[in-house]
Formats: sequence, structure tokens, C-alpha cells
Amino acid sequence: MSPASQAKDAPLLEVKDLQIEFKTEGGVFRAVDGVSFSVRRGATLGVVGESGCGKSVSSLGIMGLIPTPPGRYAGGEVLFEGRDLLKMSAKDRRGLRGGRMGMIFQEPMTSLNPVYTIGDQIIESLRAHRRVNHKEARERAVELLDLVRLPSPSKRVDDFPHQLSGGQRQRVMIALALANDPELLIADEPTTALDVTIQAQILDLMRDLSDRTGAAIMLITHDLGVVAETCDEVVVMYAGRVVERASARDLFQAPMHPYTLGLMAAVPRLDEKGSRLETIPGSVPPPWAMPKGCRFASRCPLATQQCRAEQPPLRAIDGDRLVACWRAPIEEIAA
Amino acid sequence: MLRTIIDRLLLSIPVLLGVLLFGFLLLQLVPGDPARVVAGPTATPEIVAQIRQEMGLDRPVLVQFWAYLERMAQGDMGRSMISNKTVTSELGAAVGPTVELMLASLVWSVPIGIAMGTAAAVLRGSLADRVVMGLSVAGVSLPIFFISLLLIQYLGVVWPIFPFIGRPGPWYTPEGFMALFLPALSLGLILIGPVARMTRSSVLEVLKLDHVRTARAKGLSEIRVVLKHGLRNALIPVITLIGLQAGYLLGGAVVTETIFSWPGLGRLVVGAILSSDFTVAQGAVLLFALGFITINLIIDILYSILDPRVRK
Ligand SMILES: Nc1ncnc2c1ncn2[C@@H]1O[C@H](COP(=O)(O)OP(=O)(O)OP(=O)(O)O)[C@@H](O)[C@H]1O
Ligand SMILES: [Mg+2]
Repeated sequence: MSPASQAKDAPLLEVKDLQIEFKTEGGVFRAVDGVSFSVRRGATLGVVGESGCGKSVSSLGIMGLIPTPPGRYAGGEVLFEGRDLLKMSAKDRRGLRGGRMGMIFQEPMTSLNPVYTIGDQIIESLRAHRRVNHKEARERAVELLDLVRLPSPSKRVDDFPHQLSGGQRQRVMIALALANDPELLIADEPTTALDVTIQAQILDLMRDLSDRTGAAIMLITHDLGVVAETCDEVVVMYAGRVVERASARDLFQAPMHPYTLGLMAAVPRLDEKGSRLETIPGSVPPPWAMPKGCRFASRCPLATQQCRAEQPPLRAIDGDRLVACWRAPIEEIAA
Repeated sequence: MLRTIIDRLLLSIPVLLGVLLFGFLLLQLVPGDPARVVAGPTATPEIVAQIRQEMGLDRPVLVQFWAYLERMAQGDMGRSMISNKTVTSELGAAVGPTVELMLASLVWSVPIGIAMGTAAAVLRGSLADRVVMGLSVAGVSLPIFFISLLLIQYLGVVWPIFPFIGRPGPWYTPEGFMALFLPALSLGLILIGPVARMTRSSVLEVLKLDHVRTARAKGLSEIRVVLKHGLRNALIPVITLIGLQAGYLLGGAVVTETIFSWPGLGRLVVGAILSSDFTVAQGAVLLFALGFITINLIIDILYSILDPRVRK
């Protein structure tokens, strides 16, 4: 492989051993504890895991939007084109945010400022990153609203957020995130607040964008169906850690971590009508009582003495599969 | 916007009627016989009877109230029982100085209070924050007459920089401006603390909101985030507070005007009460109430400018 093509294949975003802590009344707890993954240009990475496992905190951490305090970056690196965002000057980092990196938040109802029109909020973002006058920015804002299929965009551009429905606000948030043609789009459950038909449209929209501009997407979701449909690679998180990383095809063909397997079993299947929705028994250990061994051990049917005593590292199995489980691969055991 | 204003004006009508009723009752409840009070202690019973008839006091109460409303509608509030000038002219002369004093107090204290509160919020927990909060507690707990006396003592007597008696002219004349300084300073001081504290807590609250995170995600500078997406939204409760404090400010004006011999409504009403000049006192109370209604109207208009969600 030539050096040039290596550089081209180098990931756009590389997260290495990211650790984020929060100080709470009960003490300091680590919401993200040593998370590593990477996103290639033009690819879509899915991040899945139960509620509270640290998906949002990881993505906010990448954007540098963790409120400090109570939050704290306790370690690790976030490399964007090889440059560590955590060590960059505040000014350089601002230049990337909203410019080459865009984010769609999980909370569409509250993520827009109620006192400005949606047009003004998009224009503000455009003008923070490009030399355009107000009129040009406004035209572009209308274009963006049209792109996210907000009806009659040239009229709605002057609407205030409260005049829009939740789904429409989410579209505006997407328009905002796309405003400056980001190379990396982080979408934190962009469709959770929307009904199913709109969900599909929004996902299409993001896929279009990726195809058109070659943007990389980090898609956080609860929905494994969405992952199967949209993502190239998948990171499975559990209690602040990555438990499995694989290409989407491999993951769905042969999940290697018992937790991943459990997640998949929890997805209702259309072909097994009437069968009960299987969920993983038990619950995530609370942050103040994290076991020193594998965090999933208390819920894992395959846990052994070693699992309870020692934290399993993320290790390579079968070449490019990464799994944090002492007993992986598990197909043989399960079979 | 126009809708809002008209709505608010219409809503003010019942309040205004209530206030007029109150003013009317005030004279009804005056101890003793108003006709006798007006006539003076040496008047003969015939004269008292004549005055009673002139004032319509011998007619049924409802008829009196209607006549009173008619007179009010024509701006006729009767005559001062002391100076015999019309109440309207007495009030007219006093309104200007009071409005001037209130505006002069607001114009410096509100921006400074907001700036202090914002700085304290951004620098939360720092020494600057504690100093600002400490000062504002002191400002709230010190009575206004005490502050006024301190100011007179140091800026009027020990270092005689500013005059502290009377109002030689309107604010745009040099003497008037200098004379306005100390009263406006002491009256403004009572507002600065509450405004700073309200701004601080409001800004802190707003900075936690999701839309501020969005503003940061756009790559805006921190100062822009704080001012445009934090303070701008935080002003809504601050404005409400200023509206509520306006009553306090009017009360403060009574004290300040008395201390500084400021020829405004506050001093007029105190004088009128002390000399049992009921017609003037009644007129002043009505005017205070009208002032309240006006302030609230202005607040509502500001509110709808600041918050598009309440706009029609
Ligand atoms: N500002 C904060 N202060 C304290 N704790 C926080 C803060 N933000 C997040 N956390 C905690 O960090 C943990 C991870 O939260 P996170 O929002 O990343 O979960 P998530 O995986 O996105 O869940 P969901 O699927 O429900 O969105 C949770 O326990 C949460 O309570
Ligand atoms: Mg989340």
C-alpha cells in the first residue's frame, strides 16, 4: 500500500481510550471508561447500547460539549485527522465545531433557541464559518430547509421554534448540523422523537448526504434494525465501555459478545410472530457499584470466575473482530 | 405587537376602574365630615352645608360616584384643600421630577445590575462572584434612607461634590443634572442588588439549557454564546422582576424625595397626608396607581419583544 493511499484510508475520527467522569452527589463516576473506535470517511458507524451506557456522553465528548463541571475529561484522545481535539486550542476547536464537525442532538424539542427564528439560527452557524453576507446566508438557509424537506421553506425560515412540530424541529436541527457541509456528522438518536415514516425519511436524508458529500456519520441509536440497514460498522457499548466492534455484516451474522447476542434477541422479529420479546435479565450495575471484573458478568449466562474477577480487554478475534469477553467467540458455547 | 398593546390596554380598564373606586372610597372614609374639613374649623354651619351641597355630598353614594367618574374623565380632581390650586396642576408639577428621578435611577442601575449578574454567573464560584453577591445582599438589606444619608454625608458634605437639596432645573440643565445625581444614585442602589441576583440565577439556569449546547456546537465564541444565547433568554425573568420591583421603587421614591427635598409626587403625597390635604392625597394615589399600570404595560410590551412565544 502506498503512503498516499494509506493516508486516504486513515480514519477521519479516531477515539482512543476516552474517559469522561462526572462529579455527582454520590461521588465521582465514570460515564465513559476507556472507549475506542474510529470512523472512516464516507462510512457510517453505528453506536448501540442500552439507555445510560454512555452513548451521548461519548458523542458530546467528541464534540467538546461536556459541561465541565460537573464533567471532566479524565483521559484518552479524540483524533480528528490525526489531531487531538482535547489538546487543541479552544479557538481551533471552535473552528471545527459546526464547521467540519456537525452534531444532531437527541433532544429536538429543546435544542433550538426559542427566541430566534430558525432561519436566524441557521444563518448564525453559516456566518460563523464562512464569509457570506446575510442575504446569501439566508438563501442557503432556505436551501437547507428544503433539503431536509421542511414544507414551504422560504416561509418557514422566519418561524420561531415553537411554531414547529417535534419532527419539523428535528429537521431544522439536521439542517443546522449540515449547514457547513460537515465531514463528520454525529447523529444522536436523530429519529427517536419522530414517528416511523418520518424516521425512514430522515435516515434516507442522512444517507443521501453521506453519498453526496462523502461525509462520515456516527449514528447513535437504540434500533438495531436501523443499524442493520444503515451502518457499515458497529460499536456495541455497555456500562461506559465498548464490548464489541465489528462490521455490521459480521456483527449481525455472528455476534460474539453475550451482550450483543442479548440485544439481538431483544429485537422483535417479524418472522416469529407471537414469540415473546426476549430481554436481557437483570439490569446495568449502578455506577457506584461497578464490579471489578466484566461489567456484564452479573447478567451473563456464560460468566465464569475469571469474568467476575478480571476486566476483559477489547481483543481481536478472527482477524478484525474486536470483543471484550473472556469467553468469546461464544457461538460454539451457545451451540 | 399592536394586538398585544391593545389587549393589555383593554385589560387595564377594570384595574383602572378599581383604582378609581378606591380613590373615591378614600374620600368617603376620611375621618369626620369632608365638607367640614374643606370648610375649615372656623366655618359656620351654613357654609359647611353649602360646601356639602357643592361637593354633592348630600346625594346618594352611587350618584356621587358617577359624578366623580365624570369629573375624573375631564381631568378634574378638585382643588387642594391647602393651597387651593387645582389638584391637576399640583400633580402636573410633581410628575415630571418623579418620572425623571425614576428613569435616572433605572438607566444606570439596570444595565449595571445585569452586567454584574452576568459576570457573576459566568465566573460562578470565583472571588468576583462572591463580591458581587455580597454587595447585592448588602444593597438589599440596607434601608434606602440609610444609603441616602451616607451618600449625602460623603458626596455632599465631607466632599461637597454634589448638591443634595431640591431640584434647581430639569436634568438637561447643568445644575439640574448635578442635583439629580445623588437621589438617582441612592434610588438606583436599591434596585441593583435584586437585578444582579436575578440576572445571575437566570443566566446560570439558561446556560444549562440544551439550546446553549447547540450554540456551542455551532462553534460560536463563548462570549457570543453567553450574551446572545444565555443573557438574551435570561432577560425575560429579569424584566418581570424589574416590573415587580417598580412598586418598591415608587415606595423608595417617596423616601428619596423626602430626604432630598425633591419636588416630586412622593414628597407631594407625604406633605398632603401630613396636612390632611385629602384631595391632593387622593389624586396622588390615583396617579401612583396609573404609574403602576403604565409600568406593567411597558413590561408586557418588553416581554413580548423579548419572548416570541407570547407574541400573537
Ligand atoms: N451532565 C451530567 N451530569 C452527571 N451525569 C451525567 C451527565 N450527563 C450524563 N450523565 C450520566 O452519564 C451516563 C451516560 O449517559 P448518556 O446520556 O451517555 O447515556 P446514553 O447511552 O446516551 O443513554 P440514552 O440511550 O438514554 O440516550 C448516565 O448514567 C447519565 O446519568
Ligand atoms: Mg443519549
